[in-house]
Amino acid sequence: MNDKIVVENLYKIFGPDPRDALALVRRGLDKDEIFARTGNTVGVCDASFTVREGEIFVIMGLSGSGKSTMVRMFNRLIEPTAGSISIDGRDITKLDEAGLRDLRRKTISMVFQSFALLPHIKVVDNVAFGLELAGMSREERRERALAALEQVGLAANAESYPDELSGGMQQRVGLARALAADPPILLMDEAFSALDPLIRSEMQDELIRLQDEKKRTIIFISHDLDEAMRIGDRIAIMQGGIVVQVGTPDEILKNPANEYVRSFFRGVDISKVLTAADIATKTQVTIIDKPEQGPRAALRLLGDFDREYGFVIGRGRRFAGVVSVSSLEQARRDNASLDAALVPEVATVLPEAPLHELMGVVATSPHPVPVVDDQGRYRGVVSRTSLLQALDNLPAETGTDAETQAQSPAEAVPQQPSPVAAAGE
Amino acid sequence: MQTLSFNPLYPFETLEIPFDDWVEVAFDWIAGARPVFQAIRRPIDWVLEGITDLLLFLPPGLMIALLALVAWQIVGGRLALGTALSLFFVGLIGAYEQSMVTLALVLTAVFFCAVIGVPLGILAARSDRFETGLRPVLDTMQTTPAFVYLVPIVVLFGIGNVPGVIVTIIFAVAPLIRLTNLGIRQVPKDVIEAANAFGASGRQLLFKVQLPLATKTIMAGVNQSLMLALSMVVIASMISVGGLGQMVLRGIGRLDMGLAVIGGIGIVVLAIVLDRMTQALASSERERGGRRFVERGPIGLVRGLSAGRTASAAAAATQRRG
Ligand SMILES: Nc1ncnc2c1ncn2[C@@H]1O[C@H](COP(=O)(O)OP(=O)(O)O)[C@@H](O)[C@H]1O
Ligand SMILES: [Mg+2]
Repeated sequence: MNDKIVVENLYKIFGPDPRDALALVRRGLDKDEIFARTGNTVGVCDASFTVREGEIFVIMGLSGSGKSTMVRMFNRLIEPTAGSISIDGRDITKLDEAGLRDLRRKTISMVFQSFALLPHIKVVDNVAFGLELAGMSREERRERALAALEQVGLAANAESYPDELSGGMQQRVGLARALAADPPILLMDEAFSALDPLIRSEMQDELIRLQDEKKRTIIFISHDLDEAMRIGDRIAIMQGGIVVQVGTPDEILKNPANEYVRSFFRGVDISKVLTAADIATKTQVTIIDKPEQGPRAALRLLGDFDREYGFVIGRGRRFAGVVSVSSLEQARRDNASLDAALVPEVATVLPEAPLHELMGVVATSPHPVPVVDDQGRYRGVVSRTSLLQALDNLPAETGTDAETQAQSPAEAVPQQPSPVAAAGE
Repeated sequence: MQTLSFNPLYPFETLEIPFDDWVEVAFDWIAGARPVFQAIRRPIDWVLEGITDLLLFLPPGLMIALLALVAWQIVGGRLALGTALSLFFVGLIGAYEQSMVTLALVLTAVFFCAVIGVPLGILAARSDRFETGLRPVLDTMQTTPAFVYLVPIVVLFGIGNVPGVIVTIIFAVAPLIRLTNLGIRQVPKDVIEAANAFGASGRQLLFKVQLPLATKTIMAGVNQSLMLALSMVVIASMISVGGLGQMVLRGIGRLDMGLAVIGGIGIVVLAIVLDRMTQALASSERERGGRRFVERGPIGLVRGLSAGRTASAAAAATQRRG
């Protein structure tokens, strides 16, 4: 994916003498010291990161951590004190007035926490507002405004006034207004924070749906972790004006940069955030299913590793089934093939299943539950221990590199701790 | 005769500043700039004359009907009836012509109040420094008794209707400036921010966001200016401004109660009618039943009728064709 927005060493200092304060920040003084000494407030301090094209990039942080300041520098509602912001390789901190207006009309639009609709004009005119500013003709902008309202499911309310709509509907209007000019970049400052939880998750779904229809680059500010995890492709976490961590939700969840970041996740219901793939382990005995393979080699392997169960994998890492010591012994006695030793009715789970849906299956299964994706590929297992460890928020020996393994050549031997019975032994 | 020596207990027997002389000299000097004041007079003269001619040109019966229609359009049927009846009564007691003169004076004053006050209010809203500088000036204008600046106005502009309008403007413009400033400053920050975020220029921000959202407050300012202008009518007549104020003043001078009360009634009738109309203009269309201006009152009626006629004509035409 291309880098859409590149932020480099960006600073914003509010107050009487930002230059002075900037020198102090660069010397390493912290926000409080600088305020005490100079009366300047550090809004954003030395931020550098990139936002990729077509992703939803969530900026999270406590109130006052500089999220709004950051996002307003992207369309220069707030002028950066130092540093650069490049959009498609063009440094927008250097734009003149006309260039800036053009950027705001065509490239970046914004959705506000308070909706910020114009109360004296109708919904359709609100949606057309940006187009009107850009000088589009009445008919054309009306047509496009109606199309934008259609996208958010509000076409029927075009002729209403904003105060006749509920909060959720007003924010749909806000969203339609931002979509009307079809800009590649959308800034959303706590856009859903003023809505009640039900409407809020509805709007999140709506946003994801819109994103599926057409990929835009969305910078989404939130102070709510659940929201961030739900919609964010990547998350940046801000603390006191500093971007302390940038990563995918999983990366941050598993490897919080500091105590502040960790504290965000303290209240998180892990069982809803983590999925089977996140905690699937690959330390079980896997047995490659080859036609000439018999139960004998598998039995020895299980014996060597002192395991009760083995997981049989066929061509293309396709999951074939589970064998146990007793079923293998039965097969050996009958002189049957490995297939005959497969335990009947093995429950499997999908990699994207959240943990809370696994509990029942894992609790009733006599063996660890295999994680099998919708292509039938084996992705590891979830054991009672790993599930409990994950729910207890303890670092488990999880298969962080589940993905790389899935991509490895089908016949290749899974990496070390995983013992394998290969063919022709 | 013995010369007085300075006594600190009675300092003013020997010390005196000839302040009144200085003021006179200053005014003489300012009055030297007569062309400037003539230039100020001119536009006021034009507007006043235009409005007066218009009001007095139509025969009273027609004029009253017209004003009633205007009241109907802006406010509603009840005020229209009230306007017609009370103006008719004013005419019956012999003050119709004076009422029209006073109406013309007041409308002219308010017109210039708007021309001066709204831009100043906008400037004050845009610049804190300008607002800080303007505030004591407005305070002075509003609190100084009108009698005090009657004299300098007479010195600079002479007497008559035009200086009367100028006095009235000075007295009545302050609330309009204040309320324009207030109305614009009250526009929610987030709406301004949104307009900026969508690329509004300074002009677009003013005309598409700030002024529309401040209209209500600005119209309240117009209403106040109008009421203050009416309250100046009697005082202004002291510099020989005609109309109802002149009736009152003459009535008081001659202890002619009848004349004074007739003038008073005329002023009150104008005040009530104008107050109701400007208040109605201040409330938005939506607060008054949601029908657009042109869909209400006499205009709406005419439009409805003509639309009905064209519709039926069209229907007839199709029938004929069919
Ligand atoms: N216009 C301003 N003047 C001075 N300080 C400001 C201004 N705007 C924001 N700040 C300060 O900058 C910091 C970051 O604010 P903000 O970006 O609004 O935080 P957030 O959106 O994360 O709650 C806060 O300490 C705030 O007080
Ligand atoms: Mg904020």
